[in-house]
Amino acid sequence: MAAAIEFQQVSRRFGSVKAVDEVSLAIAPGEFFALLGPSGSGKTTCLRLIAGFEQPSSGHVLLDGADVTGVPPYERNVNTVFQDYALFPHMSVVDNVAYGLRVRGVAGDERRKRAEEMLALVQLEGLGERSPLQLSGGQKQRVALARALINRPAVLLLDEPLGALDLKLREAMQIELKNLQRQLKITFVYVTHDQGEALSMADRVAVFDRGRIEQLDTPRGLYMRPRTAFVARFVGGANVIEGDLAHRLSGAARAFAIRAESMALDGTGNTAGDGVVSCAATVIDVQYHGASSRWQVRTDDGSILAVVRPESGSSPVNYTIGSKVLVSWTAGQMVALEDT
Amino acid sequence: MTSAAIAAGTTRGSLRREVSSFFYRRNTFYLLLLLLPPLLWLGTVYLGSLFALLLQSFYAIDEFTATVVPKVTLATYRQLFSQPANVDIILRTLGMAVAVTIASAVIAFPLANYMARYASPRMKAFLYVGVMLPMWTSYLVKVYAWRLILAKQGILNWILTTIGLDPLLEAALATPVIGGPSLASSYLGMFIVFVYMWLPFMILPLAASLERVPQSMIQASADLGARPGQTFRTVIVPLALPGLAAGSIFTFSLTLGDYIIPSVVGAPGYFIGMMVYQQQGTAGNIPLAAAFSVVPIILIAIYLTLARRLGAFDAL
Repeated sequence: MAAAIEFQQVSRRFGSVKAVDEVSLAIAPGEFFALLGPSGSGKTTCLRLIAGFEQPSSGHVLLDGADVTGVPPYERNVNTVFQDYALFPHMSVVDNVAYGLRVRGVAGDERRKRAEEMLALVQLEGLGERSPLQLSGGQKQRVALARALINRPAVLLLDEPLGALDLKLREAMQIELKNLQRQLKITFVYVTHDQGEALSMADRVAVFDRGRIEQLDTPRGLYMRPRTAFVARFVGGANVIEGDLAHRLSGAARAFAIRAESMALDGTGNTAGDGVVSCAATVIDVQYHGASSRWQVRTDDGSILAVVRPESGSSPVNYTIGSKVLVSWTAGQMVALEDT
Repeated sequence: MTSAAIAAGTTRGSLRREVSSFFYRRNTFYLLLLLLPPLLWLGTVYLGSLFALLLQSFYAIDEFTATVVPKVTLATYRQLFSQPANVDIILRTLGMAVAVTIASAVIAFPLANYMARYASPRMKAFLYVGVMLPMWTSYLVKVYAWRLILAKQGILNWILTTIGLDPLLEAALATPVIGGPSLASSYLGMFIVFVYMWLPFMILPLAASLERVPQSMIQASADLGARPGQTFRTVIVPLALPGLAAGSIFTFSLTLGDYIIPSVVGAPGYFIGMMVYQQQGTAGNIPLAAAFSVVPIILIAIYLTLARRLGAFDAL
């Protein structure tokens, strides 16, 4: 079966800047795929290349096996939920949702009926006659979603749709979107800079940095086996130990990652049992997060490590800022990183 | 510093502080104080004179003594609407205003569209300056310059003759009503000058309005399957309507009231502005002049109501 979306060595240049640099990927039909990365990493440009708002400077974009170079957005079976929702202020909510049918010449009654069904799907029944200007952020987002789904596209693109919502609403919407995707079985391509969102919603994630894909893997794969220092830091906030310290601790002259929750603060120093690596450090900061605390410690050579310690209440902590501790972890938890 | 000077300084300082905290506490009062000069101006100079004008239109002139009789009557309005010559004037002015508005909108739209959405920053700056530049020239100079351009011996005639298009000009001038012996003495010529004069007033609000249409909305429209023509009709034009309405108010009202262009360029027929000028001047018939002045006000009010009904201000 042809991939729903395929990139073959796609590049997009703006003058001398390569926003997208030789990116290749294949997204399977019905997959929830996330493009994750910091601002300016090229993920939004990739989304726009799929939608048709940008054309690749080189390489090919294929939709359902067909090369869509030069095909305008209104001829692609792809719809987008924009970051600012882009609802038409001069039309009512139901007219906004029915717009995709209107431009295809569907009759007024029919499209109204289908728009109302769509609004019910996103739990906005009864709000059809309102103006988009009278809606809350969450409601606008649902209208944008309903509008993008009315044409039953093969692919739905979402450009950081939850960025403007507060935390509780965002979490609720994440679950709703995931359920919607499972129910409709449409391919979702989701752009975000929030690694938590990408990990919790996506089947696979492509991590972008400066126009290239650093790693394309399942969420679990990215978290447990990051391939580069960038991925280790960006996804999960793992510690990356490089240079001399890495050499001293691991025996190899290679950077490695160790997750903050795999480390312990209270190494007693004489647990020199096999496979335990330890390192002396001084506490410089503590952040209480309820279920756990995040400790920042500085090693003798100046590296700053983060240790996450569960607050299960079993062992009271008597370290404060300035305490000398011995951080330790089992050797098996270390993940060797590629040189970039 | 002597103790007296210190005392004086503190007193002065505390007075200033007292005054400022007084205004801080009563900030509505402070606001009113700030607004008082413009409100006075608006109230007395503008609204007051408008009201005085309105009042005048309800008086009548005594034909024997040629003085204004300050008794409220509808005689002046009756005179205005019963004489066919007067009705002709009103219809002529209205017709010209509508024609100028439509033509300005048609010409301005492509230019404003290009300026707002397609021009590079440098080209945009150049075009904005280009559109505004004529407004920095004297109005009278422009009108008289156009009279020369449109005259039978003028440059427009010469260009058309040289490229062999003068039959076209002849045909245009042969049209009844709007034609005439030459462009400079026909309604067609007057129309051209009006459009030239008010075009910047149409282009600028329209360009501003078009620029405010977010790019994401246009992309959303294309994304949902609308071809560029459909996007233009269903998204861009409705969102640009406030700008179009604003521009059309300019062209419509400026044409309704103008008295210089009809007297310098064009056919001998009178326009409202000219009538007002003449009636309050040589004729001394202030009530009739006032009555004539009220007509454009009513016409604009009707126009705005129509525009609102058609949804011109919906996207605001």
